[in-house]
Amino acid sequence: MNPTLTPANAVELAEAVRATPRVLAVGAGTKPRLSAVSCPKLSTLKLNGMIEYEPSEFTFTALAGTPVRDIAATLAECGQYLPFDPMLADAGATLGGTVSSGLSGPGRFRFGGLRDFILGVQFVDGAGRIMRLGGKVVKNAAGFDVPKFFVGSLGRFGVLTEITFKVFPAPASRLTLLLAASEIGSALKILTTASSARWEIEALDWLPDASSVAVRLGGPAPALATLAQEILRRWPGRILPVAEADALWAGLREFERTPARPQGQEKTSLIKVALAPENLPAFHESLAALPDARAHVSAGGNVAFVTVADGTEVTVLDQQLSAQKLAALTLRGASPLWLGARPNFKITAAVKVALDAGNRFPGLDD
Amino acid sequence: MSTALHRLKALLRPEQLLVRPEQLAAYESDGLTAFRQRPLAVAVPETGDEVIALVRLCHELKLPFVARGSGTSLSGGSLPVAGGVVITLNRLNRILRLDPAQRIAVVQPGVINTAVTVAAAPHGLHYAPDPSSQSICTIGGNVAFNSGGAHCLKYGMTSNHVLGIKAVLATGEVVEWGGVSRENVGPDWCGLFTGNEGLFGIALEITLQLLPKAECFHTVLAGYCTLEQAGDAVSAVIASGLLPGAIEIMDALALEAAVAAVHAEYPTGAAAVLIVELEGPREVVAVDRVRLDEIIAASQPLESRPARDAEERLAIWKGRKSAFSAVGRLSPDFIVQDGVVPRRRLGEALRRIGEMSQEVGIRVANVFHAGDGNLHPLILFNGRVAGDLERAEQLAGRILRMCVEMGGSLTGEHGIGVEKNNFLPDMFSAAEIDCLNRLRDAFDPLGIANPGKMFPRAEAPVLTQHGLHPLEKAGLISRE
Ligand SMILES: Cc1cc2nc3c(=O)[nH]c(=O)nc-3n(C[C@H](O)[C@H](O)[C@H](O)COP(=O)(O)OP(=O)(O)OC[C@H]3O[C@@H](n4cnc5c(N)ncnc54)[C@H](O)[C@@H]3O)c2cc1C
Repeated sequence: MNPTLTPANAVELAEAVRATPRVLAVGAGTKPRLSAVSCPKLSTLKLNGMIEYEPSEFTFTALAGTPVRDIAATLAECGQYLPFDPMLADAGATLGGTVSSGLSGPGRFRFGGLRDFILGVQFVDGAGRIMRLGGKVVKNAAGFDVPKFFVGSLGRFGVLTEITFKVFPAPASRLTLLLAASEIGSALKILTTASSARWEIEALDWLPDASSVAVRLGGPAPALATLAQEILRRWPGRILPVAEADALWAGLREFERTPARPQGQEKTSLIKVALAPENLPAFHESLAALPDARAHVSAGGNVAFVTVADGTEVTVLDQQLSAQKLAALTLRGASPLWLGARPNFKITAAVKVALDAGNRFPGLDD
Repeated sequence: MSTALHRLKALLRPEQLLVRPEQLAAYESDGLTAFRQRPLAVAVPETGDEVIALVRLCHELKLPFVARGSGTSLSGGSLPVAGGVVITLNRLNRILRLDPAQRIAVVQPGVINTAVTVAAAPHGLHYAPDPSSQSICTIGGNVAFNSGGAHCLKYGMTSNHVLGIKAVLATGEVVEWGGVSRENVGPDWCGLFTGNEGLFGIALEITLQLLPKAECFHTVLAGYCTLEQAGDAVSAVIASGLLPGAIEIMDALALEAAVAAVHAEYPTGAAAVLIVELEGPREVVAVDRVRLDEIIAASQPLESRPARDAEERLAIWKGRKSAFSAVGRLSPDFIVQDGVVPRRRLGEALRRIGEMSQEVGIRVANVFHAGDGNLHPLILFNGRVAGDLERAEQLAGRILRMCVEMGGSLTGEHGIGVEKNNFLPDMFSAAEIDCLNRLRDAFDPLGIANPGKMFPRAEAPVLTQHGLHPLEKAGLISRE
């Protein structure tokens, strides 16, 4: 059994890093495949709490182990939010884990993803040095943008201890529409047309049951009602009652709507695929050939969260993704960590040396 | 002739390699005209493959190179390196793909910022980052400096709009990161590359996201008796929960200059003018504008007026965008800084700048992105008066240190370059600077890509004078 270290602050964490020849940071473990490496783990759970929050600055700094759910609650008290709908908030995902996995939810459609809101990081590198890069103000161009590099880097280049984010005022109200789209052609039409429309849509997702496109608007209620009518004149659909809408988006955020098989049946993988609307037809066709596969197409057709049965389905999906030059990452399940196209550049190893010369943290391929 | 020149000549047609002093003169400096350096040669590649071959040759010969777009950097980013080659990218100026359904443009690095929006406009789309040099600066330069503009609060900087990058690194390796998707798996390499100040390599193809053009605007101009009152109005707008597209302030000196230069109609007797702009679907703006108008009315302006039509809106922005060059004309020389302070400390920062300016007897005009806390103090001096330049530089340094002490940043959008590299230790610890250095070594082990920039160094390059960029003098661009 590999031990789990639980440092209580950045200094202890740095010491733990120096004392452990091979170690990987973990948060709440909501994306278990990302840390499925046989080595001691360094839990950030005790690094919990918002340490600075200035609503008037649109910024906050929190310790890496803070649950994003708690952060969202604190921000909501001041009428603010993280516009990218952090995934797995209810499941207990931590801020550090969310950054490292590079996961953004449906709300990333309007103002951008997690990468567009991260401002600064404090982290411990492979030599156990504590450093702070980026800044704590909404605008900063000094030094290389290391905070952005940490987005999606899976803890393989350093351990995040503190993270600064930009936040926005939350819209006064929200309104969700379900538009009928039971085949790829009509779904794609809605996704691409609505993306360029005047409505300034917040979230635009093709639902996992492939029956409809969900459209979320944010802003003053009377304005949204008018916009919704205009959208409904364009495509058949309906306005969802608030409770139903909230449940829909929460379900998507928590991946509850993407089970590949009946509840309780294990051995499926949850996979994030980065793609673009133009890839959707071919991608959709590949999935159609896999009886157990389901996909939640999010952010206007820019990402798909797929569940497939482990084993042959994954192998087929992997080949299909490679053929379509799409890159994917397994979040849960026993599939290989990386699927599909994966160009390998020498610079990756060189940057690993710059931040973790002794390979104390596992590599991206471990 | 040196071996380097021989080898360079072998790669390009004769007219693609500039070596005569009169040819090199135009490349000796950039928007930071205080610094000058003649390069060994200027290479004018026309294809990505030529750029790759040039970088590989530089790598082989350990020859320093500096990538250059339009040379409008305000921090000396594109200042040549002695004995090195300048690789100018203006001829790589094609938009390779513009796809309205994916809402993306794939461009070569020499494409001018506004050209992207012009190409996207027929589809109801635009490219959001809008530095005031946008009619002349290149996307390659914007990527290298992570350039900003007046709309950063809502839309972010260049980096937030870069989806994919093909680049040749200083090692000669050609990389391709990201692509058409707005999402990514694995480390965010495009994020790391953007803002590298030309130290990692040369961007060859950039995939940019395009956004739908806002349908409707509501632009309000308000004059105040004091800068502090204008600052308070900004706080009130922010506290209201509105998310304006832009919030800008100009002080009295800047106003005076703008009025003289473009006959802008600003409230008379105001010590500060605030511009706030809402944008979005007309139904949303119709509701939000009522809120905004109430907040502005409650902030006790001397006078406030919304733009009644597109023409009035453009007039407001014209005054704002010309303010900098206009102030520049008040003085033979000037230095512009772009430090950032936490927004709630804007009033305090401006008061201290005012005090410091009085103390040293050097005038400072302020025009800034109030929504981001991004100051743009314009420090006016006369290079021919003994000691004036030194005093101005000292004042600039004190302002930068104040920004860092207040918890802000040395630069919001102009970059460190050769101008602020000796201030880097004010913002970062030795370990942090080492870390940045190791990253730089990873991309450029020989130290040939834009050496002498960003990192502190023992000796500064020779200063000459400060003044308007030649393109500003010609009235082609203005600065924010
Ligand atoms: C009047 C005026 C107003 C301005 N207003 C603003 C403003 O509002 N906001 C703002 O952010 N900036 C502003 N600037 C600064 C400047 O315009 C920006 O930094 C701009 O991005 C520089 O673009 P350029 O094409 O001129 O690049 P250059 O000055 O030629 O180069 C800038 C840097 O980029 C590197 N570089 C250029 N091309 C490439 C490439 N293809 N690959 C890698 N590196 C490359 C160069 O080596 C250099 O380090 C202003 C400047 C002026 C003169």
